[in-house]
Amino acid sequence: MASLNEYLLVSGLLFAIGLAGVVLRRNIIVVFMCLELMLNAANLTLIAFSRFNTLDGLPNYNGLMLVFFVITVAAAEVAVGLAIIVALYRTRQTIHTDELTTLKG
Amino acid sequence: MNQEAWTLLFLPLITAVVCQFILRKSFITPLASTASALITLVLAISLLGREGTLSFDWATIGDFKLSIGIHLDKLSTGMMVVVTGIGTLVHIFSLAYMDQDEAKGRYFTGLAFFMFSMTGIVLASNFIMTFIFWELVGFSSYLLIGHWYQKASAADAAKKAFLCNRVGDFGFMIGILMLWGITGTLAFGEMEVSPAVSTATLSAAILCIFCGAIGKSAQLPLHVWLPDAMEGPTPVSALIHAATMVAAGVYMLFRVQLSLGAEVFHGLQASVVIAWTGGITALVAALMAIQQDDIKKILAYSTLSQLGYMVMAVGLVAGEAGMFHLYTHAWFKALLFLGSGAVIYSCHHEQDIWKMGGLWKKLPITTACFGAGFLALIAIPFTSGFFSKEQILEAAHHEQPVLFWIAVFVAVLTPFYMTRLFLIAFMGKPRAHGAEEAREVSPVMWVPLAILATLALISGYPFIAEQIAPAYLKPHHLIHLGFTTYVSIGAVLAGIAAGFALYFGKDKDPLDIPLLRNKFYIDDIYDKFIVRYFQDTFAALIHFFDELFINGLAVGGLSRASVSVGNFFRRVQSGNLQAYSYAFGLGVVLVIYFTVFR
Repeated sequence: MASLNEYLLVSGLLFAIGLAGVVLRRNIIVVFMCLELMLNAANLTLIAFSRFNTLDGLPNYNGLMLVFFVITVAAAEVAVGLAIIVALYRTRQTIHTDELTTLKG
Repeated sequence: MNQEAWTLLFLPLITAVVCQFILRKSFITPLASTASALITLVLAISLLGREGTLSFDWATIGDFKLSIGIHLDKLSTGMMVVVTGIGTLVHIFSLAYMDQDEAKGRYFTGLAFFMFSMTGIVLASNFIMTFIFWELVGFSSYLLIGHWYQKASAADAAKKAFLCNRVGDFGFMIGILMLWGITGTLAFGEMEVSPAVSTATLSAAILCIFCGAIGKSAQLPLHVWLPDAMEGPTPVSALIHAATMVAAGVYMLFRVQLSLGAEVFHGLQASVVIAWTGGITALVAALMAIQQDDIKKILAYSTLSQLGYMVMAVGLVAGEAGMFHLYTHAWFKALLFLGSGAVIYSCHHEQDIWKMGGLWKKLPITTACFGAGFLALIAIPFTSGFFSKEQILEAAHHEQPVLFWIAVFVAVLTPFYMTRLFLIAFMGKPRAHGAEEAREVSPVMWVPLAILATLALISGYPFIAEQIAPAYLKPHHLIHLGFTTYVSIGAVLAGIAAGFALYFGKDKDPLDIPLLRNKFYIDDIYDKFIVRYFQDTFAALIHFFDELFINGLAVGGLSRASVSVGNFFRRVQSGNLQAYSYAFGLGVVLVIYFTVFR
């Protein structure tokens, strides 16, 4: 079985890829997907800690429980986020972040 | 008695408030205002002869009490009859005169408010109350002069009247405070001057108070507002700028003289100044009246000149004579103004006497009434003006020979300019279309004229003067044939003769004296010197400081500072989604760094 460090490394890589996507990509759907990627990186960390932090030979289920919550919230968030993107496209006819500059002061 | 006195004071105020806020433009407003004036006249007559003081505390500051009170004595009750009597007649006259005016609701509300203010001055029991109502009178006068505010000249005249009065009122306020310091009280009934007070201090205080009278009674050098105030409706000129308000200065001076005791005023430098101011005003105003063409302007300068007489009498410590002249003058000058109003009304608002003429055929009743006022003003024997002027001349002859001769000269000028007015406007042939079409006015207008004409003729006789005159010293003989009587009758005859010789049957003015026509250039001097060099320079200076400090540093500096701070922070708002998320991520990293690693 792989060690805890390997899991954390993979999780950190996923998170970094997600963050880079959020900051650099211009297509808002891709940005959204990268956001999900960051959530799942966090989930992986939680599961890894839960698995390696044993108590009487059993994993610590608190971490697993938290993962379920994150997945639920993420599902809700996807529903709302996609709805926002659709509404945005309808009004502005674009999903490129470069062209969404209404807040510029 | 209490209720009557308080009603007398507050009824006009209630009327004004009701008219202003409830009745407004309703047709009831003129009637309500007139009814209120009539009721106050009845109350004023019922209060004749009463004496006493009523008051309640209005404000208390430590030991100092400010009271609103009514001081009833012969002076105030008599004056109230004059004020309410003329007020009622002017109200009735206005019903017809202002019938076609669009804003007559506002006009009658203003009249009611004026009646309240004037009543306050007359009945005031202390100086603070006098001052309050003094200002209210100035305010209501402002409203009524500016009744036709759409006309620039009327609006300017109203402003000028208010400002001139303010100049005098500053002195008045200082005078009141000085007198308070000297006597320790503001109530008229309790004033007493201790012998320890130096005459110089007392003189200064009285001169400061006199400043108020200079403004309100339009004495030299603040007389300029009164002729301009003729821009107001003519009944207003009759009520405010001839009979009552302008007389308030004389009334107040005499009230002070009564309160402090006449003996204090004998030989005081202030008295000399007051007497000379009055005498010079009488002379200068009469000279100006000679060359005016506007019927109301002539009467306005005549009013100035007669006010000069009254002030002179007060200065000569013959206040009774001054008040007696105030009382007779009120009736006949109100008559002359209302008469001129009737003439102007029937000549289609023509005020130039050279465009009138031959009116006696068209307006017989008005002419007869105006004639009665004319005779009283020029002091023909056995009219009211004669008796009162006689007393003033007598006092002047007794005290100050130079002033006596000035007064006599004015007594020559008065019949001269009045004969000119009467001959040109009423005799001869009509010189303009308006005068040809003139028709006799309605009874609503000539009945007040007839009442005033009767009073102008008889109000000087002891049987009536003893009853209602604010102050009256009954002479031993009705006419005492002495030096002054001969001189004054001679003066009147000389004036009439000169007037007839120059103006009988003339269509053009044979005299042309630019100095007098332009009112001694006093208005021009004020305009060129005081307004331009003093006021405008001062205004430029203030403007400079305003621009530099207030606008440049205080207000402008603050706004510029906040604008530049805002501009700096504006750059943070890039409007780029990724920039926000990058900043957000950086923030999270910083927070983690500070919470975990520090």
